[in-house]
Amino acid sequence: MSAVPASPPAPALPPLRLAIIGSVDDGKSTLLGRLLADCGLVPEDQWQALLAECRRRGLPEGEIEYAWLNDGLEAEREQGITIDVAWRYFRTARRVFIVADCPGHEQYTRNMASGLSRAELAVLLIDASRGVTRQTLRHLRIAALFGVPGVLLAVNKMDRVGFSRERFEELVAPLAALARELRIPRLEAIPIAAREGENLLRPSARLPWHGGPSLLAFLESYRVPPPAREAARLAVSLVLRAEPEFRGYAGTLAGGGIALGDEVVVLPSGQRSRVAEIRRGFAAVPRAGAGDAVVLRLADERDVGRGDVIAAARAPLAVADQFAAQLLWLDEEPLLPGRRYWLRLATLEVGAQVTEIRHRIEIESGQRLAARRLEAGEIAHLHLAADRPIPFAPFAEERPFGAFLLVDRERGATVAAGAIEYALRRATNVHWQPVALGAEARARIKGQRPRCLWFTGLPAAGKSTVADLLEQRLHALGYHTMLLDGDNLRHGLNRDLGFTPEDRVENIRRVAEVARLMCEAGLIVLVSLVSPYRADRAMARSLFRAGEFVEVFVDVPPEVAAARDPKGLYAKARAGLIPNFTGVNAPYEPPEAPEIRLPAAEEPPERLAERVLAYLLEGSPR
Amino acid sequence: MSAGDARREPGTATIPAAMKADDAHLDRLEAEAIHVFREAAAQFRQPVLLYSIGKDSSVLLHLARKAFHPARIPFPLLHIDTGWKFREMYAFRDRVARELGLRLIVHVNEEGRARGINPLDHGAALHTEVMKTEALRQALALHGFDAAIGGARRDEERSRAKERVFSVRHAGQRWDPRRQRPEFWELLNGRLGPGETMRVFPLSDWTELDVWLYVRREGIEVVPLYFAKERPVVEHQGALIVLDDPRFADRFGPVRLERVRFRSLGCWPLSGAIRSDADTLDALIAEQFASRHSERQGRLIDHDEAASMERKKREGYF
Ligand SMILES: Nc1nc2c(ncn2[C@@H]2O[C@H](COP(=O)(O)OP(=O)(O)O)[C@@H](O)[C@H]2O)c(=O)[nH]1
Repeated sequence: MSAVPASPPAPALPPLRLAIIGSVDDGKSTLLGRLLADCGLVPEDQWQALLAECRRRGLPEGEIEYAWLNDGLEAEREQGITIDVAWRYFRTARRVFIVADCPGHEQYTRNMASGLSRAELAVLLIDASRGVTRQTLRHLRIAALFGVPGVLLAVNKMDRVGFSRERFEELVAPLAALARELRIPRLEAIPIAAREGENLLRPSARLPWHGGPSLLAFLESYRVPPPAREAARLAVSLVLRAEPEFRGYAGTLAGGGIALGDEVVVLPSGQRSRVAEIRRGFAAVPRAGAGDAVVLRLADERDVGRGDVIAAARAPLAVADQFAAQLLWLDEEPLLPGRRYWLRLATLEVGAQVTEIRHRIEIESGQRLAARRLEAGEIAHLHLAADRPIPFAPFAEERPFGAFLLVDRERGATVAAGAIEYALRRATNVHWQPVALGAEARARIKGQRPRCLWFTGLPAAGKSTVADLLEQRLHALGYHTMLLDGDNLRHGLNRDLGFTPEDRVENIRRVAEVARLMCEAGLIVLVSLVSPYRADRAMARSLFRAGEFVEVFVDVPPEVAAARDPKGLYAKARAGLIPNFTGVNAPYEPPEAPEIRLPAAEEPPERLAERVLAYLLEGSPR
Repeated sequence: MSAGDARREPGTATIPAAMKADDAHLDRLEAEAIHVFREAAAQFRQPVLLYSIGKDSSVLLHLARKAFHPARIPFPLLHIDTGWKFREMYAFRDRVARELGLRLIVHVNEEGRARGINPLDHGAALHTEVMKTEALRQALALHGFDAAIGGARRDEERSRAKERVFSVRHAGQRWDPRRQRPEFWELLNGRLGPGETMRVFPLSDWTELDVWLYVRREGIEVVPLYFAKERPVVEHQGALIVLDDPRFADRFGPVRLERVRFRSLGCWPLSGAIRSDADTLDALIAEQFASRHSERQGRLIDHDEAASMERKKREGYF
């Protein structure tokens, strides 16, 4: 048993975060497995298990499938593919490595992108015999989108092309040009044969024309370009309270260091204060640096909460609510403009929507194509609107405040990862200017409270009938009302829209915006619209003030609605004459917690209208 | 070319040169783990820290204290007790909880205990299924925890190498490795769909060596079983088992005294010891640098079948 030698080793570089990317079968897992094995870093028991597996699966004597060291899931070994990222940790004499071995299949792009997002260097494999594939280009584009600061092209399987220099150069040249176009700061190329172990640890005698270092030597000496240092910012993760009267803001410092007494500004509110205390772990410290997890206390009582940013006052972050951004769509359900998502940026979460897809990028040619929706694996430039102004920075300048996720509001799934490019409109004045005459004033003169009554339900459930009766009752009682009927609006305002999911979202958005304007004018608005998707109704609701939006679920079993069928639509839909007909060949998602549920199969429409009226009068006596 | 000839000699010749960078690396790992703790505390309604008394749990607890200091850890600790831990582990657990004033919940699968489930009669697989996996599911449901923070590391085992930091569990605590939620940068999405809960792994990027270097740097106390000492051992199914209590003594062969220690601790009949003289942290770390074996080699529960860890995880294991 030997002890750790006391002599100091050669200066070591900080650990390197690598992602190994590239197309299926280009040799990613083989490269990593072989590298670990050659470095003597595969534990003996795992090595024996691998040899046994190679024998069991009938490989020729002496041949080893290094890829199996990394494919950790049963399905991966059975199918011989990588499904999800395998994280590997190893250290050589010179450096510690954190490696993401990424899947190459297009279907698993979201997993590959997960492995890539934190990489300081992407090792992009290419099979020299097969050449550049669609996935090679996709991965390079995603590396650029995610701001990976360096790419190493590892041109693999050189044994299959006779270790040819011409072939190597012919593969590298166009990729180097593309990398420049994508503004990837640094791109290098190294020829290897991973399975044979050529040019991995030591320069290979079979590649005498390659003057550069071996792959490992390159990795061991690769210097990560330092991120541009800005002033200090702390995204507040948590407000900590402790006795006696301790109130501190916990988060991780980014951008730069901070010291006691530094002047800071809280964003988005714009309040100023000074740093009164800095804690790191168990100790109070005079200063802390970027990357430190700290707790800050401010000199003045300030209203600071999770998601706020405490920034150096001399160089604060900008605040805005509309952005131009680039993103990678990840979800099986397509991205639709107008749908509402959660936007996650630093420690903040706000409601947001994509207002416009400017164009999507064709993976191979880089062409900009018009798009009304995005499918999984597609990259696009688009416009994004947050529900309120938020502190941010362009991704290229400060990644921690320009990187964001979009999250599905129903399932909680992460559906996109993106980068803010710039703000479309800066919220120069963070506080909203109150308009002198508000909705309340306009409503007061009518002696009523503005409301949006949103009738949703299957076609032929009775929405329009009930809304109609209710409006007559309200009118008779002296209320100012307006009825917006989905069918009627399609003849005018929405006549350019069809029934595809995108068009339905836009249809609902327009109706909701019109209803909102009418509420601002002080009216009681009755909307009668199938509006089958919860997310869309949530979007409509979010436009209104608390209590203003009343979701009325006109609830009938599908059989009942179909039997009524006054316009003969169900019959047509079943005959295949109407595509996307809700209740027949398109789903209806019933509300989970409507303000009012009307049992429309059991009671006559007059009773139902009375129920809604009772609800309204209860809350708003004249 | 065969594999053997190019392999570098393992051990001290290749390893300690990176030591100088280690301190900065530990700082970064610490800060990242603290970020994960704080995000978990902020995003979940009712998180819990899974405390299993081993070295990883000791580090996890230390990091949790740092993450929230000077406030208290804002969630309880949960120990899933199989009834077969080493006596030194129970003593350590109770003392740590008392000294630090922690809220500790101990959960036993009472139904399993009543059936007399144990590792020797029923085998590692069934014992683990009933007394750990099933017990954990019970405890999470009983207390309504929506997130369980654990000390698993990706370098432990190859299905763990695939884990996210915030790892979604579907209804019934099931892990679906084919359908993991993607994860980007430091952005942790704690939103849950219907029936889902979260597992949270702040030590994802730590290696076994990082854990020991951090234990040494921070002066973290660990169970003495990690250090070499003469202990009563028996050979059992190819492993060195330390007899910890008199239950089932008749099942084993002759007992002898050997200098051994553990790399990984679990139920004593399932934890294989290694022969070692490393009785200090420095000696242990030196031995670790030179080791040619993986950490879990001593664990009998992993040897049942080729992909057993993945199966257990899919069923809701830690
Ligand atoms: N001829 C040759 N085959 C290789 C080389 N590297 C990998 N392979 C083979 O290519 C196949 C795919 O490799 P794998 O590592 O699974 O690719 P991945 O999908 O990118 O991880 C395996 O059968 C490897 O043995 C190489 O340098 N030369």
